[in-house]
Amino acid sequence: MFIGGLVVIGILVVVVLIIVGIYNGLVGARNQVKNAWAQIDVQLKRRHDLIPNLIETVKGYMQHERGTLEAVTNARTTAIKAADGGVAAQARAEGELSQALGGLLAVAENYPDLKASQNFLALQEELTSTENKISFSRQFYNDSMLQFNNKTQMFPSNIIASMGGFKAGEFFEVTDTAEREATKVSFS
Amino acid sequence: MWEQIRDNQVRTVILVTALGFMLILPGSLLGQTVLGDWSVGLLLALLIWVVMTLVGYFQGDSILLSISKAHKIGPDDMPRIYNVVEEMKIACGMEKMPDIYIIDDPAMNAFATGRDKNRASLAVTSGLLQKLNRDELQGVVGHEMAHIKNRDVLLMAMCSILLGAIVMLAWCGSRILFFGGVTRRSSSGGGNGQLIILLPAVALMIFAPIMAQFIYLAISRKREYLADASSALYTRYPEGLASALEKVGASTEQLKSANNATAPMYILNPFRRKNQVAEDLTSTHPPVSERIRILRAMAGNTSLSGYEAAYKNLHQGGGSIIPGSALLAEGSSPHAQVEGQASPHVEGVDEVRTRARETHDALWKLSNYQMIACQCGVKLKIPPGYKGAFLQCPHCGTVHSVVPD
Repeated sequence: MFIGGLVVIGILVVVVLIIVGIYNGLVGARNQVKNAWAQIDVQLKRRHDLIPNLIETVKGYMQHERGTLEAVTNARTTAIKAADGGVAAQARAEGELSQALGGLLAVAENYPDLKASQNFLALQEELTSTENKISFSRQFYNDSMLQFNNKTQMFPSNIIASMGGFKAGEFFEVTDTAEREATKVSFS
Repeated sequence: MWEQIRDNQVRTVILVTALGFMLILPGSLLGQTVLGDWSVGLLLALLIWVVMTLVGYFQGDSILLSISKAHKIGPDDMPRIYNVVEEMKIACGMEKMPDIYIIDDPAMNAFATGRDKNRASLAVTSGLLQKLNRDELQGVVGHEMAHIKNRDVLLMAMCSILLGAIVMLAWCGSRILFFGGVTRRSSSGGGNGQLIILLPAVALMIFAPIMAQFIYLAISRKREYLADASSALYTRYPEGLASALEKVGASTEQLKSANNATAPMYILNPFRRKNQVAEDLTSTHPPVSERIRILRAMAGNTSLSGYEAAYKNLHQGGGSIIPGSALLAEGSSPHAQVEGQASPHVEGVDEVRTRARETHDALWKLSNYQMIACQCGVKLKIPPGYKGAFLQCPHCGTVHSVVPD
């Protein structure tokens, strides 16, 4: 009788421990997703901050490219506004900004003086790196989201997930293939 | 990922204990032969071990960095390497940026050290920065970041310092035995009893450092494969690391500030004979050509399981090189699905390689080599002087008949 009680208590303790472990795992995964999302934002913001510098630097060299420069400035303004307007709108605006930037850097190839400028080279390095950071943070976000989604959908953690209100989220997809192309041309 | 780290921690404990044994055993034997009391020797050796381990845990990284003559840089000193490290930090989801050190040396190499992911440092030579392009640098940095994330760095730092202690003890011990202990014993007429203890002591002095090195290397090799696989996972572009390894392996420059204790920490063994390429001479690392072949065989699948599959493909019936727990932790993640966005290069590279191969084949044909296309996709190149009538395909084993022309 006594031993039987002990066994029951022991089993209960183990079950509770497992549930706590699964729950904590879910919270950890969800926090990682949140953190990954914040990373993307940090990098996008960084790109917005870099652009005025870039325009300032290239303006003197590229008198005949008013249109290209304006396109970048406008795309930046739109992207900053879109930051409050939902993921899809933001992704689209940022995609357009990437494209405009790609165009600018492609045009810059025609200006040897500009390409020799230390200032421009430093900016180009920063931009290249920021583009990479954006895509790596996106990649990490997707990986984290995948892990989180797996946990919310796989047995047995899905039971705890549905009780604790953990819902599977969406991946950050690049819908516009043009963005990929633009990045490829200018930053390889 | 956590599973894999715990795996590594258990292994660290076993390894460090085994290494500690290599320190204690010769130590107590030395005490017995020289002082006539094994416990004094044992205590001394234990003391050395504890002190060394503490020093290794708290100061190992700074000691190693100063031995390697590395100096620290900030984001404004060398933006490119700083940016690449930050990119990889984001890709592997690490919270804290590791410190970056530069070793002024034309040789190409890199290593990571530190206690855990909150205190880690990464050192690269200036030669590496000069000769690698951005993608290749990313691959190398990804490899080092994987060492940090898997906590290999702690294992490496502690073990290389323990190894140093063993080598030191053996060195001192053998001097004492040969020049001090032996003469005193023979003059006092110790007899056979002394000799029985003396002989194994001498043997241990010789073998302990060697054994310790073997234990060390066995672990270090396997961690290299895992770090390669993780690098491919972070960059989604195994070709970057493959071509970096190719360049580093083909260079003949020697790293001046490396020594035996720090050798296994580098991305590629820094010790090679002058004017000789690194290919397959290494023992601290798996052969370079092998690592490159696996990375190139990964094709589109850049997950850890993709690396494992590539390895199995190249070694039919070979064991597994990625810990099973790591594969399990990765789950059934379809990396191909989310992969496209980060690796815009892949198609272009395949094209270039096909073209390069075609050019190669044309050149072979020009020098009268005969080509046989095997059904497994391998092209056998037969030199003009080949006399045999049959040839077995080294890849799939099919036997082809050779028609002399």
